[in-house]
Amino acid sequence: MKKWLPWIMAGVFGVWILSTLRMPRDKEWALSEFGKLPLLSNGRFQPMDSLARNSLLQMLEKQSLHLQDEKRTMPATGWLMEVMMNQERADTRKIFRIAPGNFELKSLLKLPPRNMAAGEDGKHYSWNQIKPSLEALEKEGRRVAQIDAAHRNPFDQSIMKLQNALFLYMRLKNTIHPENATNFVADLGRYAASIKPGMEAFQLQQQEKAHDEAALQLFGDFAQRFTIMIRMETPLLVPPHHPERSRDEWMRIGEALIEVARGEPMHFAIPAYAKMALAYREGRAADFNKAVAEYRQALTPQFIPELKKASREYFFNHLQAFYTASIVYVMAFLLACFSWFNLSEPLRRSAAWLVVLGFVVHTCGLVFRMVLENRPPVTNLYSSAIFIGWGAVVLGMILERFYRDGIGTVVASMLGFLTLIIAHNLALGGDTMEMMRAVLDTNFWLATHVVIITLGYASTGVAGFLAIIYLVRGIFTRTLSQATAKALSRMVYGILCFATLFSFVGTVLGGIWADQSWGRFWGWDPKENGALIIVLWNALVLHARWGGLVRERGLMNLAIVGNIVTSWSWFGVNMLGIGLHSYGFMDQAFWYLMLFVGLNVALIGLGLIPQHYWRSFRSTSGGTPPPGGNIPGRPAPAGA
Amino acid sequence: MVVKTIIKVLTSLRLTVGCLALGILLVFFGTIAQVDAGLYKAQDQWFRSFFVRTQGGVPLFPGGYLIGTVLLVNLIAAHIARFQLTWKKLGIHVLHAGVIVLLVGQLATDMLSREMQMSFAEGESRCFSVNPQSSELVFISETSDAFSNKVVAIPAGLLTGQKEISLPELPFRVRLKEWFVNSDVRQRAPMMDTNAPPATAGHGRNVTLIPLPETKKMDERNLPGITFELVGAQGSLGTWLGHAKLRDQEVTVGDKTWQMAFRFEREYHPFTVELLKTTHEIYRGTGTPGRPDTAIPKNFQSRVKLDNPQRRETREADIRMNEPLRYEGLTFYQYQMGRDEVQQNLGTSTLQVVRNPGWLAPYAGCVLVGGGLIIQFLMHLIGFIRKRRTA
Repeated sequence: MKKWLPWIMAGVFGVWILSTLRMPRDKEWALSEFGKLPLLSNGRFQPMDSLARNSLLQMLEKQSLHLQDEKRTMPATGWLMEVMMNQERADTRKIFRIAPGNFELKSLLKLPPRNMAAGEDGKHYSWNQIKPSLEALEKEGRRVAQIDAAHRNPFDQSIMKLQNALFLYMRLKNTIHPENATNFVADLGRYAASIKPGMEAFQLQQQEKAHDEAALQLFGDFAQRFTIMIRMETPLLVPPHHPERSRDEWMRIGEALIEVARGEPMHFAIPAYAKMALAYREGRAADFNKAVAEYRQALTPQFIPELKKASREYFFNHLQAFYTASIVYVMAFLLACFSWFNLSEPLRRSAAWLVVLGFVVHTCGLVFRMVLENRPPVTNLYSSAIFIGWGAVVLGMILERFYRDGIGTVVASMLGFLTLIIAHNLALGGDTMEMMRAVLDTNFWLATHVVIITLGYASTGVAGFLAIIYLVRGIFTRTLSQATAKALSRMVYGILCFATLFSFVGTVLGGIWADQSWGRFWGWDPKENGALIIVLWNALVLHARWGGLVRERGLMNLAIVGNIVTSWSWFGVNMLGIGLHSYGFMDQAFWYLMLFVGLNVALIGLGLIPQHYWRSFRSTSGGTPPPGGNIPGRPAPAGA
Repeated sequence: MVVKTIIKVLTSLRLTVGCLALGILLVFFGTIAQVDAGLYKAQDQWFRSFFVRTQGGVPLFPGGYLIGTVLLVNLIAAHIARFQLTWKKLGIHVLHAGVIVLLVGQLATDMLSREMQMSFAEGESRCFSVNPQSSELVFISETSDAFSNKVVAIPAGLLTGQKEISLPELPFRVRLKEWFVNSDVRQRAPMMDTNAPPATAGHGRNVTLIPLPETKKMDERNLPGITFELVGAQGSLGTWLGHAKLRDQEVTVGDKTWQMAFRFEREYHPFTVELLKTTHEIYRGTGTPGRPDTAIPKNFQSRVKLDNPQRRETREADIRMNEPLRYEGLTFYQYQMGRDEVQQNLGTSTLQVVRNPGWLAPYAGCVLVGGGLIIQFLMHLIGFIRKRRTA
């Protein structure tokens, strides 16, 4: 049994992972077919499903909506359908999240407090609940807009966040038809019929001649409602009339409708969406499904690339590869930790296999994203988290391959899990595959500078976590043997060498990129300085070790400081809100950063305790420790 | 004995570690200081100085130059003292040579490089670049020869330092009255502006000067303004306003007329650059409605025509993000883009113009250090794997 444990574990998780590949089948409504329809939003082609998930993330911080009273979960696409096609019902859904502690905002908007009996959880509110206080919110919004983003307090930020969420919601509501339309199919017919008499009446009016006032009024009403749709800057649902000329010229439904008045033919997408909307509103699932299928059919000959891209991204969204990987990593972490206590080889092997499995899923997700975006792995803060985790797992697996003592597995699984959690939280900002701004739009530098510098972060982080393992095992357990301590010390040293190489080369490549695109190699920009601090820190640690200024325990403590340095460079500098690099401004993460720094400082404090008080060393030296404890001899100087 | 101690200190690894630690602290606090002081000021205070000083000038902390110099001396001294020509040390030597190249190169860049800007609207030509960090007061008079002018330029820094300047080339003294770090001018409105105009002569009589707080933002620049008095042999020639937004002003002394302008410091080029067309594209459907500045920019591009009579060269070129134009020792980068204030249909473009003779140093330094690190770590790794094999 014991011999087979690794195989069984890998098998069980393998089957589970394969099961996530299966796409859910539509029951009544063709959710998945609708979710795969292509559109242009946020500068890129994406499926409805991505628009739904990213929008819901920005409002609710979740990718699906749990309906408390109906005891069911609404998938993002289902929610989006409701928002676009049955606005009155959507207005009752509690999708706007306000932090439970943000009493200021809740009282400004006169929102009900937590009262579970009345169905109020105190943190989620519907459009209908917020609507009466929109004026107060707008007033605050105008005030906050005058303040520099870097100087806004948490209340100001929550105002902006809610206002953006409401904007987005209004845009979505007006994407297919004006939100107050109840039968858009009939509206389209009336609009088409109103164009000719309306335009004639308009021309006569311009010439100050007698004209049909009613015809002008009807046409004018339509034009006004469609113009509002355009002004809201809704997602672009209508594909170009002539894709052979340009594939990018997608239109908003409002734009395409105004064009009809100018003599363009009615695009087939508009009646198609109108049919879907009416069928959905009237609860006719079969008709809705038919309308979706017909629209897909109509798109097929000319828009195969867009349909394919949308389907692929839909599949990727469903896969949730990084979520799956993080669960596997947690399992691996627990198994590997247990293996230290009972020294069970099968447990250790199982953990190592699980890390490999998680790594495969992690890599698939990473590569899938790269293919979808047609970019190198790191394009924004979110993807940097995923890639740093990936790099750390690679390093951990290499260590495990050499040492076979579970340490590499623990580091790999812990860092893999942590970085994926960080990525998950960074994804709350919305679309994680947004387009690259012109300054960053070069695959060459993204592939070299950014990849190498993130590997520098990853390896500095691995060294830091190895040091944490050393401290925790040494101080709190009896599992840190002399051999393990030595091995850990060698690992930290080796990884630090790599960290120095990567962070140095990455930093200088960044300078060269800056020289090529901004005209100066080094500008003391916060992000550059952050990278420089990592390089200097790694150089300091290595020199301190070569000079004999620190030994094993000191090396470990310094490596933990490396964690703080990395977190500063990765996140801290982005919170300063200045400089050319500060694209990824974030606010709430500040407290987590402080927490992380605090934890590391506490660990360093523990690391300063002389080693003869540590549990691991107390046991081996049998009570009275010799001066200097069991600290192994002075490390050999470099090159020796 | 003393020499020995000095050598020991200069070559010690402790000094290296100490300098690195101070360097880290300096970079960290220098970054934090940028939040309040702005990028350029913090740079000068923390990195381009021997000491970081308090407002009163008391040295508080070693500055970038001092730490850099000590590290350089330490590095060179240690290598002279411990130099061993062995294969084992090859990587170490190469990589430290690279660090020296980087440090020296950065110092050279700091002293020799010049950053300027060239701003124009579509259809305009420029034969000079300006340095928006400093202004100058210039006096231009026609000479007997019709092809050249006599130009007398007084740097603003000199003016603010001395308050009054007399030059043999000028028939009058220049007396500084007021200095505004950042300001704007607008036409005087008879109903609103009841106070006295800032000047008694020239365009300054018809405008109002609005003092503005100094901007520290990277993408904005200060427009300084001055009021100054010209004092000739026969007494005052009036108080004048100098501002970059005013057209040239004229003052006549005797039979000679001088054109005056207060403007950003200029550097003239032996060629002209004409802005033909600007392109500013954004990704569709990005940003907040009604706020084009929040959209994600896709492309900034300026098409320019170079005209160099000396080389009989007339050609067109594109300058865009990540694709600068290198010409005659200068590099032109796409910096900012906008619309002409008066003629909204005309695009404007600001190019960053940089002369940096030391630009190759980082490339060489990077190759040396990276190469040295790889050699050294590969030797370690091979040794480690061999040892494990035999063990």
